[in-house]
Amino acid sequence: MKARWKPKPMLRQLVLILTSLAATTSTARADWGLNMPEGVTELSKETYDLHMLIFWVCVWIGVVVFGVMIYSIFAHRKSRGVTPANFSHSTMAEVLWTAVPVVILLALAVPTAKTLVRLEDSRDPDLTIVATGYQWKWHYRYQDEDMGFYSTLSLDSLEARRKQSGIDPFTVENYLLDVDNPVVVPVGKKVRLLLTSNDVLHAWWVPDLAIKKDAIPGIINETWFKAEQVGTYRGQCAELCGKDHGYMPIVVEVVDEDAYRAWVDTRKADDPQFAAR
Amino acid sequence: MSTIAAEVNDHAHDDHGPAKGIKRWLFATNHKDIGTMYLIFSFAMFLVGGLMALVIRTELFQPGLQFVHPEFFNQMTTMHALIMVFGAVMPAFVGLANWMIPMMVGAPDMALPRMNNWSFWILPVAFGILISTLWMDGGAPASGWTMYPPLVLQTGDAFPFLIFSVHLMGISSIMGAINIIVTIMNMRAPSMSLLRMPIFVWTWLITAYLLIAVMPVLAGAVTMLLTDQFFGTSFFLAAGGGDPVMFQHIFWFFGHPEVYIMILPAFGVVSEIIPTFARKPLFGRDSMIYAASCIAFLSFIVWAHHMFTVGMPLSGQLFFMFATMLIAVPTGVKVFNWVATMWKGAMTFETPMLFALAFVFLFTIGGFSGLMLAITPADIQYHDSYFVVAHFHYVLVPGSVFAIMAGVYYWLPKWTGYMYNESLGKLHFWLSTIFVNLTFFPMHFLGLAGMPRRIPDYSTQFADFNMIASVGAFGFGLSQLILIYVLLTAKKGVPATDAVWDNPEGLEWTVPSPAPFHTFDTPPEVLPPLKQEQHA
Repeated sequence: MKARWKPKPMLRQLVLILTSLAATTSTARADWGLNMPEGVTELSKETYDLHMLIFWVCVWIGVVVFGVMIYSIFAHRKSRGVTPANFSHSTMAEVLWTAVPVVILLALAVPTAKTLVRLEDSRDPDLTIVATGYQWKWHYRYQDEDMGFYSTLSLDSLEARRKQSGIDPFTVENYLLDVDNPVVVPVGKKVRLLLTSNDVLHAWWVPDLAIKKDAIPGIINETWFKAEQVGTYRGQCAELCGKDHGYMPIVVEVVDEDAYRAWVDTRKADDPQFAAR
Repeated sequence: MSTIAAEVNDHAHDDHGPAKGIKRWLFATNHKDIGTMYLIFSFAMFLVGGLMALVIRTELFQPGLQFVHPEFFNQMTTMHALIMVFGAVMPAFVGLANWMIPMMVGAPDMALPRMNNWSFWILPVAFGILISTLWMDGGAPASGWTMYPPLVLQTGDAFPFLIFSVHLMGISSIMGAINIIVTIMNMRAPSMSLLRMPIFVWTWLITAYLLIAVMPVLAGAVTMLLTDQFFGTSFFLAAGGGDPVMFQHIFWFFGHPEVYIMILPAFGVVSEIIPTFARKPLFGRDSMIYAASCIAFLSFIVWAHHMFTVGMPLSGQLFFMFATMLIAVPTGVKVFNWVATMWKGAMTFETPMLFALAFVFLFTIGGFSGLMLAITPADIQYHDSYFVVAHFHYVLVPGSVFAIMAGVYYWLPKWTGYMYNESLGKLHFWLSTIFVNLTFFPMHFLGLAGMPRRIPDYSTQFADFNMIASVGAFGFGLSQLILIYVLLTAKKGVPATDAVWDNPEGLEWTVPSPAPFHTFDTPPEVLPPLKQEQHA
């Protein structure tokens, strides 16, 4: 049995927080997850770039507006003995601060629309997977392989997630982000994902693939990704689907073509669980 | 008009004070009494909803499930939102409207005083019903305040009570809105032209139209849920040929204007306060009105930006993205106008001004994340993550709620006749501001790092920021105890002058402090000139 869960001493935790806040190395930031992941698809990188673009636009507008405000708060205060001005209009200023945002928005709209168009283009996939949401697990069906399987929260997490389980989540690897049967896809192939649901709404979200799409009963939604990098990518259901909404993670293993073929063959041969369903 | 005036005089109106005891409140028709009841009710709901938020933050303090079961956690998130939106923020603005609009336009009372009574007293009933669902079989609603089917149809015994209470809230809001529109349109002092109206009155006029336009839409949506559940229809049930996504379209057609219903009156309050403490006329008065109208119009054509992941056609996504980005223009105009109002003023920083300034700073941060959310490919990442939670709490808490607090501090001396405790007010401001940021700023990082909203437990990589947010939430909650104390001791200060502040603008400052039970039995003949006119 694992040791009974104890709260970490507050002080240690606070020191940890403060030092982490002070740390600016990229590793520290990666551990902390301060920002959106760049991800492993072309579109996830484009999405990340758009995110950073709009972020910096906001930062710069913020610097100007807040800068003026803060200067004004310090300079134009009664305690400094200033007499208030009495202007209440300036056509020039008003035209300017209406027109400039319009230009900025137009400049943002163009690259955004381009990415969006590409995001919606799911033609000519290399393989198709149907993901079906259930309360509270996912079912994946490989259209081209005639096989399918359920994917549920891994046993380690399942045990630790119970109320007052006594298991420290920090001792569980990939707590709440691990499943028994991950989705395995080949690297560099266009995977089309068809999404639907058997009961209520769910949503399939893997941040590293920059994909989030709702799984809706009676509707088949479509999205796609092409992972450029071998690895394991984790995500979660993103649409409230009842009491165990927080416990139906998504794990995508991106492997090279040969490993993918081998996985499909062994699974189909060995494991009755993976027989066509 | 003349016959009504004659009748009123027959009643010897001058002797007609408030009724005694409970009758004064139960049968209240006086706008000031009803306004007070609205404000007290909304503050009570703010505390109830706040306690629910603290249950949420307690559970999320550390990973693992320590205190509540997931189903109860979902009930808390759902009830917290319903209570805060419909029970705290909206009634608080109606309370401010009740108190201030008649005094600001020189009217003796609201146009429809008995309906005013009714629209208030429906609310405690509605929320009594809603809160009672916590003790029903199956618990309170747990499907989120958005009530998306099919999940909402899995609600237990609470389901019909949820629908009924939402109907009641809608009826109350619609009646309140009708009352405000009729008051503004028909009972202004004769010399007050529309463009001459105070900005708070203007923003409320626009808000009231939004309410009348969209509350029936919500009522329709929840009625369809009701018939789907009990009367065999299939509006939203795929198995019967219905469409679950249609609910989301209808809900957000209500829901997005609803967002502006909660922020436009806040714009109004802040636009009243900043000129007073900057000792300078509001910059771009007319453009403020046009900007608010623009925002209200745009609110009707952007609803699907809440739904970028449901699988819309590309053309639909592009339309809603562009329309949403457009909102940044009039919103920007408002922020720039506030800053220009401060520019070269002679500012002092009493509590209302502090809250108003924090509003401009922090609402703008919420506006920035709103602009980010408009960028559809990025929104696909942000959607239903803590980034969204951070965004709407920034516009609602240091946005709407701070504006309400600013308004309460601003007009409190007019209501009570005494100055509140300024140092405690400032302490309340600083603690609230520090803790509100400590609570909600880390949520941006959580969302970007991939934490979905509405989950009772999370992966360990999210532990640190969640801990910070929980500490902030408790700090923010406890800071409100200072506000309670300030309000309870509001009559212990020095007597307030009629103007209360240094030459503020508006008719409400021409009546005595405290404002007598009846003000403007006859409309004021001459309006005090606007500051911009004084200087022109």
